[in-house]
Amino acid sequence: MIRLATLGTIILTGGIFVALGAETGRIPADQLEKAARSDSISIPTPGELFAALEKPGKTNWAGQYRGPMPMTYRDRAQIAFNLGGLIADGFIAVEAKDGQQVKNIGSDIIKLAKALGVSEKLLSRGNSINDFAENNEWDTLQEELEATQNEVKSSMQSHADQDLVILVTLGGWIRGTQVVTSSIMQNYDESSAKVLRQPALVHFMQSKIDEVSPELRKDPLVKDVSNELTKIEKLVSFPAGKAPTAEEVRKVNEVVSKIMDEIESKEAPK
Amino acid sequence: MNRSLLIPLSVIAFAVSVTTRGDTDAEVQARKDALDVAAAFSNDGFKIRDGHWCGVVKPHDHSLVAVNLYAGNEYWFTAGATAPAKKIAVSVYDETGKHVTTESYDNGEKAAAGFAPSSSGQYFVSVDLVEGEASSFCLVYSYK
Repeated sequence: MIRLATLGTIILTGGIFVALGAETGRIPADQLEKAARSDSISIPTPGELFAALEKPGKTNWAGQYRGPMPMTYRDRAQIAFNLGGLIADGFIAVEAKDGQQVKNIGSDIIKLAKALGVSEKLLSRGNSINDFAENNEWDTLQEELEATQNEVKSSMQSHADQDLVILVTLGGWIRGTQVVTSSIMQNYDESSAKVLRQPALVHFMQSKIDEVSPELRKDPLVKDVSNELTKIEKLVSFPAGKAPTAEEVRKVNEVVSKIMDEIESKEAPK
Repeated sequence: MNRSLLIPLSVIAFAVSVTTRGDTDAEVQARKDALDVAAAFSNDGFKIRDGHWCGVVKPHDHSLVAVNLYAGNEYWFTAGATAPAKKIAVSVYDETGKHVTTESYDNGEKAAAGFAPSSSGQYFVSVDLVEGEASSFCLVYSYK
Protein backbone atom coordinates (compact mmCIF):
# COMPACT_ATOMS: atom_id res chain seq x y z
CA MET A 1 0.00 0.00 0.00
CA ILE A 2 0.96 3.59 -0.37
CA ARG A 3 2.92 4.51 2.70
CA LEU A 4 1.81 7.12 5.16
CA ALA A 5 5.40 8.39 5.18
CA THR A 6 4.68 9.97 1.82
CA LEU A 7 1.70 11.80 3.19
CA GLY A 8 3.74 12.84 6.21
CA THR A 9 6.25 14.38 3.83
CA ILE A 10 3.48 16.42 2.23
CA ILE A 11 2.41 17.73 5.61
CA LEU A 12 6.00 18.72 6.33
CA THR A 13 6.30 20.47 2.99
CA GLY A 14 3.34 22.68 3.77
CA GLY A 15 0.34 20.77 2.54
CA ILE A 16 -2.69 19.73 4.50
CA PHE A 17 -3.68 16.10 4.47
CA VAL A 18 -7.33 15.38 4.69
CA ALA A 19 -8.61 11.82 4.46
CA LEU A 20 -11.58 12.56 2.27
CA GLY A 21 -14.57 10.33 2.33
CA ALA A 22 -14.56 8.61 -1.05
CA GLU A 23 -16.89 10.26 -3.52
CA THR A 24 -19.17 7.45 -4.53
CA GLY A 25 -20.96 7.02 -7.78
CA ARG A 26 -20.47 5.89 -11.29
CA ILE A 27 -19.63 7.72 -14.49
CA PRO A 28 -21.85 6.72 -17.41
CA ALA A 29 -20.34 5.02 -20.45
CA ASP A 30 -21.02 7.95 -22.78
CA GLN A 31 -18.93 10.25 -20.56
CA LEU A 32 -16.12 7.68 -20.34
CA GLU A 33 -16.13 7.50 -24.12
CA LYS A 34 -15.52 11.25 -24.30
CA ALA A 35 -12.61 11.17 -21.82
CA ALA A 36 -9.39 12.76 -23.06
CA ARG A 37 -6.74 10.38 -24.31
CA SER A 38 -3.20 11.39 -25.18
CA ASP A 39 0.11 9.78 -26.00
CA SER A 40 1.85 11.51 -23.10
CA ILE A 41 -0.45 10.41 -20.30
CA SER A 42 -2.69 7.59 -21.55
CA ILE A 43 0.15 5.36 -22.78
CA PRO A 44 2.42 4.03 -20.04
CA THR A 45 6.19 4.07 -20.49
CA PRO A 46 8.20 0.85 -20.70
CA GLY A 47 9.55 1.86 -17.27
CA GLU A 48 6.07 1.58 -15.76
CA LEU A 49 5.57 -1.85 -17.30
CA PHE A 50 8.94 -3.08 -16.05
CA ALA A 51 8.32 -1.67 -12.56
CA ALA A 52 5.15 -3.78 -12.33
CA LEU A 53 6.89 -6.88 -13.67
CA GLU A 54 9.64 -6.62 -11.11
CA LYS A 55 7.35 -6.54 -8.06
CA PRO A 56 6.70 -10.26 -7.48
CA GLY A 57 10.34 -11.35 -7.78
CA LYS A 58 13.76 -10.82 -9.23
CA THR A 59 13.83 -10.43 -12.99
CA ASN A 60 16.84 -11.39 -15.10
CA TRP A 61 17.01 -8.10 -17.00
CA ALA A 62 20.41 -8.75 -18.56
CA GLY A 63 18.98 -11.97 -20.00
CA GLN A 64 16.59 -9.81 -22.06
CA TYR A 65 19.31 -7.92 -23.96
CA ARG A 66 19.37 -8.30 -27.73
CA GLY A 67 22.26 -7.96 -30.13
CA PRO A 68 23.22 -4.66 -31.78
CA MET A 69 20.90 -3.57 -34.56
CA PRO A 70 21.85 -2.05 -37.88
CA MET A 71 21.79 1.73 -37.98
CA THR A 72 21.31 1.84 -41.74
CA TYR A 73 17.55 1.63 -42.11
CA ARG A 74 16.13 3.79 -44.90
CA ASP A 75 12.42 3.47 -44.26
CA ARG A 76 11.36 6.26 -41.88
CA ALA A 77 8.58 4.18 -40.37
CA GLN A 78 11.04 1.40 -39.64
CA ILE A 79 13.46 3.85 -38.03
CA ALA A 80 10.65 5.22 -35.83
CA PHE A 81 9.59 1.75 -34.68
CA ASN A 82 13.20 0.82 -33.92
CA LEU A 83 13.78 4.07 -32.06
CA GLY A 84 10.89 3.20 -29.73
CA GLY A 85 12.28 -0.31 -29.29
CA LEU A 86 15.73 1.06 -28.45
CA ILE A 87 14.27 3.36 -25.82
CA ALA A 88 12.60 0.32 -24.24
CA ASP A 89 16.03 -1.39 -24.33
CA GLY A 90 17.39 1.62 -22.46
CA PHE A 91 14.82 1.04 -19.70
CA ILE A 92 15.87 -2.64 -19.58
CA ALA A 93 19.52 -1.66 -19.16
CA VAL A 94 18.54 0.75 -16.37
CA GLU A 95 16.62 -2.03 -14.61
CA ALA A 96 19.73 -4.22 -14.99
CA LYS A 97 21.79 -1.32 -13.57
CA ASP A 98 24.23 -1.82 -16.44
CA GLY A 99 25.98 1.50 -17.09
CA GLN A 100 27.90 0.38 -20.18
CA GLN A 101 24.78 -1.03 -21.81
CA VAL A 102 22.88 2.18 -21.07
CA LYS A 103 25.66 4.20 -22.73
CA ASN A 104 25.70 1.94 -25.80
CA ILE A 105 21.94 2.17 -26.19
CA GLY A 106 21.97 5.92 -25.56
CA SER A 107 24.46 6.31 -28.39
CA ASP A 108 22.29 4.19 -30.73
CA ILE A 109 19.19 6.20 -29.82
CA ILE A 110 20.94 9.41 -30.84
CA LYS A 111 22.12 7.84 -34.13
CA LEU A 112 18.64 6.68 -35.08
CA ALA A 113 17.06 9.96 -33.97
CA LYS A 114 19.52 11.87 -36.15
CA ALA A 115 18.63 9.64 -39.08
CA LEU A 116 15.11 10.98 -38.71
CA GLY A 117 16.46 14.51 -38.61
CA VAL A 118 15.22 15.28 -35.12
CA SER A 119 16.53 18.13 -33.02
CA GLU A 120 20.24 18.64 -32.36
CA LYS A 121 19.23 19.23 -28.75
CA LEU A 122 19.13 15.46 -28.43
CA LEU A 123 22.91 15.38 -28.47
CA SER A 124 22.94 16.93 -25.02
CA ARG A 125 20.47 14.27 -23.88
CA GLY A 126 23.02 11.67 -25.03
CA ASN A 127 25.68 13.33 -22.91
CA SER A 128 23.37 13.41 -19.89
CA ILE A 129 22.59 9.71 -20.32
CA ASN A 130 26.33 8.97 -20.34
CA ASP A 131 26.94 11.09 -17.24
CA PHE A 132 24.09 9.56 -15.27
CA ALA A 133 25.15 6.05 -16.32
CA GLU A 134 28.73 6.84 -15.24
CA ASN A 135 27.44 7.89 -11.82
CA ASN A 136 24.93 5.03 -11.41
CA GLU A 137 22.03 7.49 -11.15
CA TRP A 138 19.42 4.89 -12.10
CA ASP A 139 16.25 6.78 -11.14
CA THR A 140 17.46 9.87 -12.94
CA LEU A 141 18.39 7.78 -15.97
CA GLN A 142 14.87 6.48 -16.19
CA GLU A 143 13.54 10.06 -16.14
CA GLU A 144 16.13 11.04 -18.75
CA LEU A 145 15.09 8.20 -21.06
CA GLU A 146 11.46 9.24 -20.84
CA ALA A 147 12.44 12.87 -21.40
CA THR A 148 14.53 11.79 -24.42
CA GLN A 149 11.58 9.90 -25.85
CA ASN A 150 9.33 12.92 -25.35
CA GLU A 151 11.89 15.22 -26.92
CA VAL A 152 12.15 12.95 -29.96
CA LYS A 153 8.35 13.03 -30.29
CA SER A 154 8.16 16.77 -29.73
CA SER A 155 10.82 17.33 -32.37
CA MET A 156 8.91 15.09 -34.78
CA GLN A 157 5.78 17.15 -34.21
CA SER A 158 7.58 20.39 -34.97
CA HIS A 159 9.07 18.84 -38.14
CA ALA A 160 5.65 17.82 -39.47
CA ASP A 161 6.48 14.19 -38.69
CA GLN A 162 3.53 13.91 -36.33
CA ASP A 163 2.54 10.56 -37.80
CA LEU A 164 5.82 8.97 -36.75
CA VAL A 165 5.20 9.74 -33.07
CA ILE A 166 2.77 6.86 -32.57
CA LEU A 167 5.24 4.52 -34.30
CA VAL A 168 7.92 5.38 -31.72
CA THR A 169 5.43 4.74 -28.91
CA LEU A 170 4.30 1.52 -30.50
CA GLY A 171 7.86 0.30 -31.07
CA GLY A 172 8.54 0.80 -27.36
CA TRP A 173 5.37 -0.97 -26.31
CA ILE A 174 5.99 -3.95 -28.61
CA ARG A 175 9.58 -4.38 -27.41
CA GLY A 176 8.48 -3.93 -23.78
CA THR A 177 5.75 -6.54 -24.19
CA GLN A 178 8.19 -8.94 -25.85
CA VAL A 179 10.55 -8.63 -22.89
CA VAL A 180 7.80 -8.97 -20.30
CA THR A 181 6.19 -12.01 -21.93
CA SER A 182 9.57 -13.63 -22.42
CA SER A 183 10.45 -13.06 -18.77
CA ILE A 184 7.09 -14.43 -17.56
CA MET A 185 7.51 -17.49 -19.77
CA GLN A 186 10.86 -18.21 -18.14
CA ASN A 187 9.37 -18.06 -14.66
CA TYR A 188 5.56 -18.05 -14.78
CA ASP A 189 3.90 -16.17 -11.98
CA GLU A 190 0.23 -15.10 -11.91
CA SER A 191 0.93 -11.68 -10.39
CA SER A 192 3.45 -10.83 -13.11
CA ALA A 193 1.20 -12.18 -15.86
CA LYS A 194 -1.57 -9.77 -14.81
CA VAL A 195 0.36 -6.84 -16.32
CA LEU A 196 -0.48 -8.13 -19.80
CA ARG A 197 -4.17 -7.20 -19.59
CA GLN A 198 -4.24 -4.01 -21.70
CA PRO A 199 -7.01 -4.21 -24.34
CA ALA A 200 -7.91 -0.50 -24.14
CA LEU A 201 -4.27 0.51 -24.56
CA VAL A 202 -3.84 -1.64 -27.67
CA HIS A 203 -7.16 -0.35 -29.01
CA PHE A 204 -6.03 3.25 -28.48
CA MET A 205 -2.73 2.66 -30.29
CA GLN A 206 -4.59 0.97 -33.12
CA SER A 207 -6.90 3.99 -33.41
CA LYS A 208 -3.85 6.29 -33.57
CA ILE A 209 -2.38 4.16 -36.38
CA ASP A 210 -5.68 4.48 -38.22
CA GLU A 211 -5.28 8.26 -38.07
CA VAL A 212 -1.88 8.45 -39.82
CA SER A 213 -1.62 9.69 -43.38
CA PRO A 214 -2.77 7.35 -46.18
CA GLU A 215 0.84 7.25 -47.50
CA LEU A 216 2.22 6.03 -44.19
CA ARG A 217 -0.64 3.58 -43.76
CA LYS A 218 0.42 2.03 -47.06
CA ASP A 219 3.94 1.41 -45.73
CA PRO A 220 4.20 -2.41 -45.67
CA LEU A 221 5.68 -2.47 -42.17
CA VAL A 222 2.99 -0.15 -40.78
CA LYS A 223 0.34 -2.26 -42.47
CA ASP A 224 1.73 -5.49 -41.00
CA VAL A 225 2.06 -4.04 -37.50
CA SER A 226 -1.47 -2.67 -37.69
CA ASN A 227 -2.84 -6.08 -38.71
CA GLU A 228 -0.99 -7.80 -35.88
CA LEU A 229 -2.29 -5.25 -33.37
CA THR A 230 -5.82 -6.42 -34.05
CA LYS A 231 -4.74 -9.93 -33.07
CA ILE A 232 -2.87 -8.67 -30.01
CA GLU A 233 -5.91 -6.74 -28.77
CA LYS A 234 -7.84 -10.01 -28.61
CA LEU A 235 -4.93 -11.82 -26.98
CA VAL A 236 -4.62 -9.29 -24.14
CA SER A 237 -8.36 -9.03 -23.43
CA PHE A 238 -8.49 -11.14 -20.28
CA PRO A 239 -11.33 -10.64 -17.78
CA ALA A 240 -10.52 -8.05 -15.11
CA GLY A 241 -8.61 -9.57 -12.21
CA LYS A 242 -7.87 -12.82 -14.04
CA ALA A 243 -4.25 -13.68 -14.77
CA PRO A 244 -3.49 -15.12 -18.21
CA THR A 245 -2.25 -18.71 -18.27
CA ALA A 246 1.31 -19.59 -19.29
CA GLU A 247 -0.06 -20.66 -22.68
CA GLU A 248 -1.83 -17.33 -23.16
CA VAL A 249 1.39 -15.50 -22.31
CA ARG A 250 3.23 -17.63 -24.87
CA LYS A 251 0.74 -16.69 -27.56
CA VAL A 252 1.21 -12.97 -26.90
CA ASN A 253 4.97 -13.45 -26.96
CA GLU A 254 4.77 -15.28 -30.28
CA VAL A 255 2.91 -12.44 -31.98
CA VAL A 256 4.99 -9.57 -30.56
CA SER A 257 8.24 -11.44 -31.33
CA LYS A 258 7.10 -11.91 -34.93
CA ILE A 259 6.50 -8.16 -35.21
CA MET A 260 9.83 -7.35 -33.57
CA ASP A 261 11.63 -9.59 -36.07
CA GLU A 262 10.00 -7.67 -38.89
CA ILE A 263 10.78 -4.29 -37.31
CA GLU A 264 14.43 -5.24 -36.77
CA SER A 265 14.86 -6.86 -40.16
CA LYS A 266 17.48 -5.18 -42.35
CA GLU A 267 15.15 -5.36 -45.30
CA ALA A 268 11.90 -3.55 -44.78
CA PRO A 269 8.95 -5.69 -45.92
CA LYS A 270 7.91 -5.15 -49.51
CA MET B 1 24.65 14.07 -7.83
CA ASN B 2 23.01 14.26 -4.45
CA ARG B 3 19.56 12.64 -4.65
CA SER B 4 18.00 15.35 -2.51
CA LEU B 5 18.98 17.85 -5.20
CA LEU B 6 17.67 15.71 -8.03
CA ILE B 7 14.02 15.98 -7.09
CA PRO B 8 13.82 19.78 -7.16
CA LEU B 9 15.95 19.73 -10.33
CA SER B 10 13.53 17.36 -12.02
CA VAL B 11 10.65 19.61 -11.02
CA ILE B 12 12.46 22.59 -12.56
CA ALA B 13 13.26 20.59 -15.68
CA PHE B 14 9.61 19.55 -16.06
CA ALA B 15 8.44 23.10 -15.45
CA VAL B 16 10.88 24.42 -18.04
CA SER B 17 9.91 21.79 -20.58
CA VAL B 18 6.25 22.75 -20.24
CA THR B 19 6.93 26.27 -21.42
CA THR B 20 8.08 24.89 -24.75
CA ARG B 21 4.83 23.03 -25.44
CA GLY B 22 2.53 25.93 -25.94
CA ASP B 23 0.56 25.66 -22.68
CA THR B 24 -0.95 28.85 -21.33
CA ASP B 25 0.63 30.72 -18.42
CA ALA B 26 -2.17 29.50 -16.15
CA GLU B 27 -1.54 25.90 -17.19
CA VAL B 28 2.20 26.31 -16.58
CA GLN B 29 1.46 27.60 -13.08
CA ALA B 30 -1.04 24.79 -12.45
CA ARG B 31 1.53 22.26 -13.54
CA LYS B 32 4.17 23.73 -11.26
CA ASP B 33 1.71 23.44 -8.37
CA ALA B 34 0.92 19.83 -9.26
CA LEU B 35 4.62 19.01 -9.51
CA ASP B 36 5.28 20.58 -6.11
CA VAL B 37 2.92 18.07 -4.54
CA ALA B 38 4.13 15.19 -6.73
CA ALA B 39 7.73 15.92 -5.69
CA ALA B 40 6.81 14.92 -2.14
CA PHE B 41 5.81 11.47 -3.39
CA SER B 42 9.21 11.16 -5.06
CA ASN B 43 10.75 11.03 -1.60
CA ASP B 44 8.93 7.74 -1.19
CA GLY B 45 10.28 6.29 -4.44
CA PHE B 46 7.54 7.42 -6.81
CA LYS B 47 8.73 8.43 -10.28
CA ILE B 48 6.98 11.37 -11.91
CA ARG B 49 5.89 10.75 -15.51
CA ASP B 50 7.23 13.32 -17.95
CA GLY B 51 3.75 13.80 -19.31
CA HIS B 52 0.85 15.94 -18.24
CA TRP B 53 -2.72 16.77 -19.06
CA CYS B 54 -4.01 20.31 -18.82
CA GLY B 55 -7.49 21.69 -19.30
CA VAL B 56 -10.27 23.67 -17.68
CA VAL B 57 -12.26 22.55 -14.64
CA LYS B 58 -15.86 23.74 -14.61
CA PRO B 59 -18.58 23.55 -11.98
CA HIS B 60 -20.68 20.36 -12.10
CA ASP B 61 -18.46 18.80 -14.75
CA HIS B 62 -15.96 15.93 -14.65
CA SER B 63 -12.70 16.62 -16.50
CA LEU B 64 -11.81 13.05 -17.42
CA VAL B 65 -8.66 11.50 -18.83
CA ALA B 66 -8.06 7.82 -19.63
CA VAL B 67 -4.93 6.16 -18.27
CA ASN B 68 -3.67 2.61 -18.57
CA LEU B 69 -2.28 1.16 -15.36
CA TYR B 70 -0.53 -2.01 -14.27
CA ALA B 71 -1.51 -4.25 -11.37
CA GLY B 72 1.43 -4.37 -8.97
CA ASN B 73 2.32 -0.69 -9.31
CA GLU B 74 1.22 2.10 -7.00
CA TYR B 75 0.08 5.42 -8.44
CA TRP B 76 -0.53 9.00 -7.34
CA PHE B 77 -2.49 11.37 -9.60
CA THR B 78 -1.83 14.98 -8.68
CA ALA B 79 -3.58 18.08 -9.97
CA GLY B 80 -3.06 21.79 -9.48
CA ALA B 81 -5.46 24.54 -10.51
CA THR B 82 -5.26 28.32 -10.61
CA ALA B 83 -7.61 31.03 -9.34
CA PRO B 84 -10.54 31.47 -9.46
CA ALA B 85 -10.72 27.76 -8.54
CA LYS B 86 -10.62 27.48 -4.74
CA LYS B 87 -10.88 23.77 -4.20
CA ILE B 88 -10.50 20.81 -6.53
CA ALA B 89 -10.68 17.04 -6.09
CA VAL B 90 -9.07 14.14 -7.92
CA SER B 91 -10.97 10.84 -8.21
CA VAL B 92 -10.32 7.56 -10.00
CA TYR B 93 -12.85 5.33 -11.78
CA ASP B 94 -12.35 1.86 -13.22
CA GLU B 95 -13.03 0.88 -16.83
CA THR B 96 -16.74 0.43 -16.12
CA GLY B 97 -16.99 3.91 -14.61
CA LYS B 98 -17.21 2.64 -11.00
CA HIS B 99 -15.55 4.84 -8.41
CA VAL B 100 -12.30 3.41 -7.02
CA THR B 101 -11.42 3.92 -3.36
CA THR B 102 -8.23 5.94 -3.11
CA GLU B 103 -6.10 7.71 -0.56
CA SER B 104 -6.66 11.40 -1.01
CA TYR B 105 -4.74 14.60 -0.51
CA ASP B 106 -6.61 17.86 -0.53
CA ASN B 107 -5.16 21.31 -0.14
CA GLY B 108 -7.52 23.77 -1.79
CA GLU B 109 -6.47 24.18 -5.41
CA LYS B 110 -4.09 21.21 -5.16
CA ALA B 111 -5.34 17.65 -4.80
CA ALA B 112 -4.16 14.10 -5.34
CA ALA B 113 -5.48 10.54 -5.31
CA GLY B 114 -3.35 7.46 -4.76
CA PHE B 115 -4.07 3.77 -5.16
CA ALA B 116 -2.63 0.41 -6.17
CA PRO B 117 -4.77 -1.27 -8.87
CA SER B 118 -5.45 -4.96 -8.39
CA SER B 119 -6.29 -5.34 -12.06
CA SER B 120 -4.32 -4.00 -15.04
CA GLY B 121 -6.18 -2.02 -17.66
CA GLN B 122 -7.88 1.25 -18.33
CA TYR B 123 -8.88 3.66 -15.57
CA PHE B 124 -10.26 7.18 -15.67
CA VAL B 125 -8.96 10.06 -13.60
CA SER B 126 -11.42 12.86 -12.91
CA VAL B 127 -10.50 16.39 -11.85
CA ASP B 128 -13.48 18.17 -10.34
CA LEU B 129 -14.11 21.71 -9.20
CA VAL B 130 -15.42 21.58 -5.64
CA GLU B 131 -15.41 25.31 -4.88
CA GLY B 132 -14.77 28.43 -6.95
CA GLU B 133 -15.12 29.27 -10.61
CA ALA B 134 -13.96 27.61 -13.83
CA SER B 135 -10.17 27.73 -14.23
CA SER B 136 -7.14 26.04 -15.71
CA PHE B 137 -5.76 22.87 -14.17
CA CYS B 138 -2.96 20.44 -14.87
CA LEU B 139 -2.63 16.78 -13.90
CA VAL B 140 0.58 14.76 -13.55
CA TYR B 141 1.08 11.25 -12.26
CA SER B 142 3.68 9.26 -10.41
CA TYR B 143 4.22 5.53 -10.07
CA LYS B 144 6.42 3.02 -8.31
